[in-house]
Amino acid sequence: MQIIVCIKQVPETTQVKINPETNTLIREGVESIINPFDMYAIEEAVRLKEKFGGKATVITMGPPQAEAALKEAISMGIDEAILLSDRAFAGSDTWATSYTLSCAIKKISKFDVILCGKQASDGDTAQVGPGIAAHLNLPQVTYVKKIEEVKDAKMRVERLMEEGFEIIEIPLPGLLTVVKEINEPRIPSLKGMMRAKQAKITTWTANDLQANPDYIGLKGSPTQVVKIFTPPPRQGGQIFHGDTQETVEKVAGLLKDVIIG
Amino acid sequence: MRACPFDAIRMMDLPRLSSTDDISLKKGRGKAVIDFNKCTLCGACIDPCKFKAILLEKETKEAPTAHLKEYKGIWVFIEQKKGKVQSVSYELLGKARELAGKLSTQVSGVLIGNDLDDQLDELIWHGADNIYLVEAPELANFQDESYANVMIQLVRKYKPEIVLCGATSIGRSLISRVAITVNAGLTADCTGLDIDPQRKILLQTRPAFGGNIMATIISPNYRPQMATVRHKVMPIMPADKSRKGKVIREKFDASVYTSRAKLIEIVDEIETLVNLSEADIIVSGGRGMGGPENFKILEELAHVLGGAVGASRAAVDSGWIPYSHQVGQTGRTVAPKLYIACGISGQIQHLVGMQSSKVILAINKDPDAPIFKVATYGIVGNIFEVIPALTKKFKETLKR
Repeated sequence: MQIIVCIKQVPETTQVKINPETNTLIREGVESIINPFDMYAIEEAVRLKEKFGGKATVITMGPPQAEAALKEAISMGIDEAILLSDRAFAGSDTWATSYTLSCAIKKISKFDVILCGKQASDGDTAQVGPGIAAHLNLPQVTYVKKIEEVKDAKMRVERLMEEGFEIIEIPLPGLLTVVKEINEPRIPSLKGMMRAKQAKITTWTANDLQANPDYIGLKGSPTQVVKIFTPPPRQGGQIFHGDTQETVEKVAGLLKDVIIG
Repeated sequence: MRACPFDAIRMMDLPRLSSTDDISLKKGRGKAVIDFNKCTLCGACIDPCKFKAILLEKETKEAPTAHLKEYKGIWVFIEQKKGKVQSVSYELLGKARELAGKLSTQVSGVLIGNDLDDQLDELIWHGADNIYLVEAPELANFQDESYANVMIQLVRKYKPEIVLCGATSIGRSLISRVAITVNAGLTADCTGLDIDPQRKILLQTRPAFGGNIMATIISPNYRPQMATVRHKVMPIMPADKSRKGKVIREKFDASVYTSRAKLIEIVDEIETLVNLSEADIIVSGGRGMGGPENFKILEELAHVLGGAVGASRAAVDSGWIPYSHQVGQTGRTVAPKLYIACGISGQIQHLVGMQSSKVILAINKDPDAPIFKVATYGIVGNIFEVIPALTKKFKETLKR
């Protein structure tokens, strides 16, 4: 089975704190990590490879430092890593990003399944996965919480919905985006980490991809950011200490209208 | 420097030769320099720079700007499950009406499925001037490809200037696929929508970085301008039964209705009896709960209040409660009228999932827990005493 995983390197938003005086993000010393949802995609790819044999390739679009994310994926068991890096990709919105990734996948050409994380923890859009499927005209299933069965070039998967889940059969080649429930990402083995250290990362530029310059980077992005601001912080209210019964009486009184109304 | 969400601007000491790669500005004792390895050209720094020293030039490709005027009207994708329209669609119809007023244009609902005649009146009463109705047995339940095919056909034929859709599991998957194919800009999970008075374009405001910052986004040169909108943010317009509307029944070739992926079964989970995203009241447990058996007291309180049970990531990762109950950055975003956080410290990644709740009650034994900084009411105490006491009290006062 030939598996492609698309990942993104993002800032560790759990470490990000707000400076209470200026109400802005404190970004000094914030690490870059693999997008949390992509970890589940990487793990699932490695599991599929272990079960069915074949090869797993990870690709990412990013600056040179994104190599670290690719190496981490290799340490978990991915065979090959490709970095899409070019000044021309800067400023990409989800349209241009999914186009760029789809160019790389076209260049790889042989694949059975593409795995993506549900969404990135910085952009939070969940658009790139389905976007790649659309660019490549592939069937898609999003929010996959389990791959039940792989047989006869088809996958039977469970898709997480608000009130439960759906069972869907998707023919391959196809694209899946995955959620946390699907697996528990492994901690890289010593052997894996050594492989990652020695691994050679292939880098492809816009030229290598023969990407249409009108469809990449800032130029290829239909959306534009006009403003970024910090939301007004929520203020704390009344805090009660002391005797449980008294406190409960007071709070219940305060909440009664909220509950009924 | 502070405006940059990617930490790409640094102060460098003078003297410094500027290379072609630097944008150098004199600022007191040093110059601000942009690291293009980190800069994503987002443009956040342009306004805040007091010296107006940052210029972002964008080559626009030959976008069909001449044809933009052909696109008219605001569309709302109406989400239906098992033949019933979902509440987020009514919220969007109301908002679309407001936006349509500013653009002097009409609101149309797009309804795809089968046997949906009984849903049409409510849509018109809640703000639709027109409904594009596409029905076929194959379309009864949502599937990404077939619904996307239908939307794409409709968009190409009728050319709406704006398309809105709920940011639900269905909506976000569907519209992403449509936006790529029709070459449109799409903004995800908007919490604010408005019309720019000069340019008459859609201003789309939405959270990023897990809710730590807000961004306002436009798609000026592409049509339609598409956005998915967060549930329970836009108010529902009260039904006006005097409203009249037009129903346009569209039919397409059967190939449009096919989907390569096949829906085999829909499994509703009895456990999530009260759907977390729909719940008006949520009682949520964190690390302080100590173990899975202790969630029983939260279930009892939730039951008395008519609410759902939620959890922090710590509780879910410890295996005390399934992931479907998780609230936070990698779980659900909820906005109930009352959120009761029990034994939850209030890390940012949990807050981003519930800070839009109308009222937050936090119960924690640690007076310094960050959750108290955002809670409307806080109780510093032992959750195993406080929660049963609350349950007992509410049983009396609410007569449940």
